[in-house]
Amino acid sequence: MLPSDFWGRIVFILEEYGASFAGGIWTTMIIAVISTAIGCIIGFAIGIIQTIPCDREETPVKWGLLSVIKFILTAYVEIFRGTPMMVQAMFIYYGSAMVFNINMGMWTAAFFIVSINTGAYMAETVRGGILSIDPGQTEGAMAIGMNHFQTMINVILPQALRNIMPQIGNNLIINIKDTSVLSVIGVMELFYTTKGIAGAYYTYFEAFTITMVFYFIMTFICSRILRFMESKMDGPDNYELVQTDALVMGEGMHTYNPKDKNSYTNVDYKAHKTGNFNENQREGM
Amino acid sequence: MENIIKVSHLQKFFGKNQVLKDVDFKVDEGDVTTIIGASGSGKSTLLRCINLLEKPSGGEILFHGKPITGKGFDHCGYRAKVGMCFQSFNLFNNMTVLENCMTGPVKVLKKSREKAKEKALFYLKKVGMDPYINAKPMQLSGGQKQRVAIARALAMEPEVLLFDEPTSALDPQMVGEVLSVMRQLAKEGLTMIIVTHEMAFARDVSTHVVYMADGVICEEGTPEDIFEHPKKEKTVEFLKRFNER
Repeated sequence: MLPSDFWGRIVFILEEYGASFAGGIWTTMIIAVISTAIGCIIGFAIGIIQTIPCDREETPVKWGLLSVIKFILTAYVEIFRGTPMMVQAMFIYYGSAMVFNINMGMWTAAFFIVSINTGAYMAETVRGGILSIDPGQTEGAMAIGMNHFQTMINVILPQALRNIMPQIGNNLIINIKDTSVLSVIGVMELFYTTKGIAGAYYTYFEAFTITMVFYFIMTFICSRILRFMESKMDGPDNYELVQTDALVMGEGMHTYNPKDKNSYTNVDYKAHKTGNFNENQREGM
Repeated sequence: MENIIKVSHLQKFFGKNQVLKDVDFKVDEGDVTTIIGASGSGKSTLLRCINLLEKPSGGEILFHGKPITGKGFDHCGYRAKVGMCFQSFNLFNNMTVLENCMTGPVKVLKKSREKAKEKALFYLKKVGMDPYINAKPMQLSGGQKQRVAIARALAMEPEVLLFDEPTSALDPQMVGEVLSVMRQLAKEGLTMIIVTHEMAFARDVSTHVVYMADGVICEEGTPEDIFEHPKKEKTVEFLKRFNER
């Protein structure tokens, strides 16, 4: 019943377990994409807070409060960057149930873990993105009266976002692959699914060959989509001149339409040159 | 008449280095004040202190009689009334020319988009940049960028407009187009404070000239006073060096 050759077995597995693979791919993608998006939002929020300007002498209370918040954020970034996601998954999923008696659903746990992990990395990436923007942009925004928040939202972050797009893409691809560690808490993503399929007929090589190809297709498509989004963000290379100055619109710029009897050629040029140009003829154009 | 801006005993330290030592000067409505002087004499720092981009270390700056360095002073509201144009333009690279001129009125002054667009187009036309509203700053030449920057500042309809060496980053061909826009504004009676190295422009346009050297105001007066009959040795020396170039 199981074909004896390699390709035959691959086809067999695909036919038998196609739906399971599809489910695994869907789970992997949904966790990776949504968590990367949430991670980006966390990263940008931290980026805004970390760059709030504050004078210790002028506003001591605000300064104190900010320092505490900044300390907590830095601790978050360092801890989540500095420990393996697999360990975090175990720690949070089982720890929350045992210590706090919170029974986190598997899905909630999956989104939570990948999001805050991405957030920790993104915080540093966003910080780098903000540093890469010319300080003159901030000064320009301040000079027209924008506050820190307005400056960030309207001027700095859109430019920083463009600069860190490659890094966001990197994070998405890492997340697609790294959701495989969520198998330790029983999330039915692609890796966990494959393990089950491989075990059924003891076809590890064939099943994981298929999974390798699927992972590659997912990451490759995502990286191409992000490239496309980057080029969209850059906007067109050229721009249209908008002629609002009616004086410049000379007669030479009218289009000539041979089918239209009242076209350009009907104008009496001799009359125009000699100054006998009358308004009725002009309307005919 | 009430002074719009009055600077008294202004000091500024960068670390141990004192850049401004006891600067006093005032600006009335309709004044076109040009600040001239050698590089490093504190001209730009003075201008940046007036717009609070640098925090003064000592002394006082009064705006309509109110100190701007005091606690709880609304910096953003103040900067909305005192526009600034920079040497390096500082246009927002992520926006088109039109958006650059609209974002201030919409986000800061809370005007409607239609009103803001109308104003932006009006001022862009004034500086001759209205055909370029869809261009991004990257696609413009230096002189065009500076003209957009002027339109952006004007769209806020400020009481005073500060210029920090607006033509220093431009090549000689483009200097003219920016200066002619500024000449026009001066003629219309806009209050301006201009830091510049364009002596001929300073002589023609300004109502008041301030010569700065080593962090103090060395000499000030009408353009005629400064350029025709300078009294101080340093001023004579500075102008002579400029004329030799």
